[in-house]
Amino acid sequence: MEFTPVYYLIPSLVMFCCGVYGFLTRRNMIAMLISIELMLNAVDINFVVFNRYLFPGSMEGMMFTLFAIGIAAAETALAIAIIINLYRVAKNIDVHDITQMKF
Amino acid sequence: MDYSQFLAMKQEIGLLIVFLLVFLYDTFFSKKAQGALPVVTCVLFALLTAFGLLCPSVKDGAVAFAGMYATSPAIVAIKNILNVGVLIVLIQSIKWANSEFTAVRRGEFYELILLTLLGMYFMISSGHFLIFIIGLETASLPLAAMVAFDKNRYESHEAAIKYILTAVFSSAILLMGLSFVYGIAGTLYYDGIAMSLFGGSAMSVMLIVALAFVIAGFGFKLSLVPFHLWTADVYQGAPTSVTSYLSVISKGSAAFAFLVVLTQVFGTVYEQAWEWMLYAIIILTITIGNLFAMRQRNMKRFLAFSSISQAGYIMLGVIAFDYMGISALMYYVLVYIFSNLAAFGVIGSIENATGKIDMTDYNGLYKTNPRLAFTMMLAMFSLAGIPPFAGFFSKFFIFTSAAQQGTPEMYVLIFIALLNTIISLYYYLLVVKAMFINETDTPLPTFRSACSERLGLWICVAGIILVGIVSPVYDYLLTVVLP
Repeated sequence: MEFTPVYYLIPSLVMFCCGVYGFLTRRNMIAMLISIELMLNAVDINFVVFNRYLFPGSMEGMMFTLFAIGIAAAETALAIAIIINLYRVAKNIDVHDITQMKF
Repeated sequence: MDYSQFLAMKQEIGLLIVFLLVFLYDTFFSKKAQGALPVVTCVLFALLTAFGLLCPSVKDGAVAFAGMYATSPAIVAIKNILNVGVLIVLIQSIKWANSEFTAVRRGEFYELILLTLLGMYFMISSGHFLIFIIGLETASLPLAAMVAFDKNRYESHEAAIKYILTAVFSSAILLMGLSFVYGIAGTLYYDGIAMSLFGGSAMSVMLIVALAFVIAGFGFKLSLVPFHLWTADVYQGAPTSVTSYLSVISKGSAAFAFLVVLTQVFGTVYEQAWEWMLYAIIILTITIGNLFAMRQRNMKRFLAFSSISQAGYIMLGVIAFDYMGISALMYYVLVYIFSNLAAFGVIGSIENATGKIDMTDYNGLYKTNPRLAFTMMLAMFSLAGIPPFAGFFSKFFIFTSAAQQGTPEMYVLIFIALLNTIISLYYYLLVVKAMFINETDTPLPTFRSACSERLGLWICVAGIILVGIVSPVYDYLLTVVLP
């Protein structure tokens, strides 16, 4: 059985859409972060698949993926630090309750 | 390896040296000597700004590291504009940095500001999307930490969590768009992508989706409607110095990076792909920003919505899509830096002295603090675009450059933008009315703002008055963008 890029792109697209859906519907901030991680990982898969199947001559997509993983880790670390700080102040990480400022 | 290519990066290297010096000062000097840290940072950064303005800029542009880094006279001028803005922000923040609660952590504030500026430099002068993404993240992640700087204020944390979640979400969307671009073009070099899009055969649904994702990612950074929802909350919750940095420098650099990416990478698919997207976004941004600004009573929130609508005007320079548009955009950002920083400077010094930031607190400010009220009035006039202040000329140039396209749609767009300047006049003048006309029994007490704040405000006022009248400024910006 021949594997074409589509076999990989459909799961990555599903992952991305799940991430967007989770980000918009979840109430817990940690769950929102997990959704964002899903989106970023979908991007990584995309880059690797495009590189491997369409442009196997160079390693540009693979290198980009490595950097994207690092950036995603930094983002998550900072977000978790801020969530912990918020928890200390508000004793809560539910987005529906963090609404002192609006409109 | 050719080491002379590092010479093209002299501004980045200079900034890195300033950062390291500040870092070492913060780490190794005694508690007592650290009281001078803000002043030392300002002096070092002023030297860097002077260096950037005085040293001969690259003639035709240069590339380094096989095209990953690119610079040109226009990019050098952009960095100089950003430098001036950051210098004013640094000067204005001295009083706040030395206040009781922030004094322990003031070193971090200055280091993070310099680091984010370094990220913005790389974001603007990148020639490859890898450098661009790294620069973008370096510019936006430390900002989240800076928004959360007031550890004992709940709003600061709320603003930070809103900022970091939207920033990460938007960068994920931007990365998704870039992965599609990579799938279409097979490379991430700006030139390579532009070349492979040039044939027109690549004009597909995938490219439209990719561009929509990229524009959405930038829209979050620039707080364009419909991606603006984080802006007001973050501006209100963040410390005022950080808010002023976010609203002028972060937004200005994102606008420049947007300009570079759209013109250099996607310039060949302007009419088919992104002209109409930007068209809709500009109308929405200007109108909704204005309408929401009218009902704000918190000064920082009010300026947040005003800055959203200003971002719409900035985008007019991008959609103009010619050399005049680029120079008009640079000029607009320069003027916007002066006027907005004047407004934030006044808000900051009033907040530092009395802790009040509501518009009703400003009633009768003219009676007690005439100079601050006058500065605020100049800033509001300049933001609204009343002649003879610089804001009028920047709006004039940006409308002219957009009108040069000559198409009926563009005239409609400019007409809508002009109508919106009238709306914006209403809410800018509300502040002036509060300060000069409204009567109150309990006006703010008379106070003398700190020396540093006055210096920052003087620079802003000089900028508002002079940049519009002294024509060499605009001439210079026009000459650097011409090929």
